[in-house]
Amino acid sequence: MEATYSLDVYTPVVILLFLGAITVVAALLLGKLVRPHNPSESKNTPYECGEQPVGTAWSFFNMRFYVIGLIFIIFDVESALMFPVAVIFKKMNEIGRGGLVLVEIMIFLSVLISGIAYCWRKGDLDWVKSYVPSKDTNNKQG
Amino acid sequence: MNNTIVSYLSQFESYKGLLESFSSLFGEAGPGLLTFLVFLIGCILVVTVMATIGGLGTYAERKISADMQARMGPNRVGPYGLLQFLADGVKMFLKEDITPNTADKFIFGLAPLLALVGVFGTLAVLPFSSGFTLSNLNVGVFYLIGIGSLVGVAIFLGGYASNSKWSMLGGMRGASQIISYEIPVVLSLMAIVLMSGSLNFGGLVGAQGGLPQEWFIFHNPFTFIGFFVFFIGALAETNRAPFDLPEAESELVSGYHTEYSGMRFAFFALAEYIEVFVVCGVGAAAFLGGYKVPFNLGGEGIIGQVLQVLVFFGKTLALYYLVIMIRWTYPRLRVDQLMTLCWKYLTPMAIFNLIGCALWIYLLDSKSMWDMLAAFVGSMGTGGGH
Repeated sequence: MEATYSLDVYTPVVILLFLGAITVVAALLLGKLVRPHNPSESKNTPYECGEQPVGTAWSFFNMRFYVIGLIFIIFDVESALMFPVAVIFKKMNEIGRGGLVLVEIMIFLSVLISGIAYCWRKGDLDWVKSYVPSKDTNNKQG
Repeated sequence: MNNTIVSYLSQFESYKGLLESFSSLFGEAGPGLLTFLVFLIGCILVVTVMATIGGLGTYAERKISADMQARMGPNRVGPYGLLQFLADGVKMFLKEDITPNTADKFIFGLAPLLALVGVFGTLAVLPFSSGFTLSNLNVGVFYLIGIGSLVGVAIFLGGYASNSKWSMLGGMRGASQIISYEIPVVLSLMAIVLMSGSLNFGGLVGAQGGLPQEWFIFHNPFTFIGFFVFFIGALAETNRAPFDLPEAESELVSGYHTEYSGMRFAFFALAEYIEVFVVCGVGAAAFLGGYKVPFNLGGEGIIGQVLQVLVFFGKTLALYYLVIMIRWTYPRLRVDQLMTLCWKYLTPMAIFNLIGCALWIYLLDSKSMWDMLAAFVGSMGTGGGH
């Protein structure tokens, strides 16, 4: 990049983020002038098919979502670290150092691949995890 | 290479004259003020156009689905029902704003704001043409992925804060789906970064040409598969059918926005439709040659810029049509099928494509398969010609 790279290029980002926030806040505040406001007990109840809600929605939840979140974090960090390597690959290849960067990409990817292979083998990629202890017992049952 | 719309405009004489008059009016603050004003006008223009496209997207969705199901679709408001989205907007503006009394009220209000802010943030790097890109950030792809995931956060927070069981299920599904499909999308975009050697969208598009055989999608077999991996992942990330599990209307009432009414719901819907346009635009820029005009028609002047914008919008809207068509063609996936598709099919395929692209660049010196075919046919011709 040029030496004169300044932070000016981030001005539209800031403006757009503010525009988004202003649009929401302004529309809700302006709407307050024209929209009706007749709250009632049953209207403000969370929807549960017309019944009285049983308990709160903030309760125990399926473990699967948590496991997916954990796998995602590993992959996301790995891919974030891989972007800088990916960017310089073409330039390094042009000056004849492509092999070095290729090996680096392969090291990154092998960590990713072994990670997904491990999760797959352990059954963490299945939505409904099977609890068969080992292959031998499975064969005996079959 | 133009970094921003300001650096593109500053090559014109009239802009320099404007700069001088601003400098004489405001002194040292003049140039900065002018830059800010140009950015502000550009941003407002882009946001207005995008909001209109988002609104027309809802109209197109209903009209195309009606066409596919042999119905009429909206046809009362305006010519061919074109103004239906304005009528819907006015209606939602006048609707009562209901917040459940057991909800987490702060987060409940914050969620639609985050959704819209996240989507508007992605517009900053969308390359409309070589001159009219609001800001060609040097971390463009990275920035887009990062700020785009604010929408996922908004969907999860919206579902969580409503304190309704349907919303909670929808929000949880949305969060797990969006983070899961981010992996294949990021990996297939990384293959393109590998091919073009830059993270900014100007560089991505600049490495391609105007004609189809110069696009990255037809560069080699791996990018060809990569485009479909990206497109499927993008469908899932924007919660479009067949991946609309977070708002699955037949099982979860309306998913994460069950408790939202009036304008707050409208912002979620608007954010979704603009996000579809953005991911279609990213797909067009990264794989389909972006704003590149065939044979470089129109040159670098203002006509060239207009042609580039038209080409970009043409490609993006073609993808948009495809997204809508897919929604009304395919049945919804089950949640376990969704996870299987992402982790057992798309992610290994994306990794395979990434390795394939890296090897292609290293071994074949990043020539496209058409170049090699042409060289091969050429050598055949000279060999057999004697």
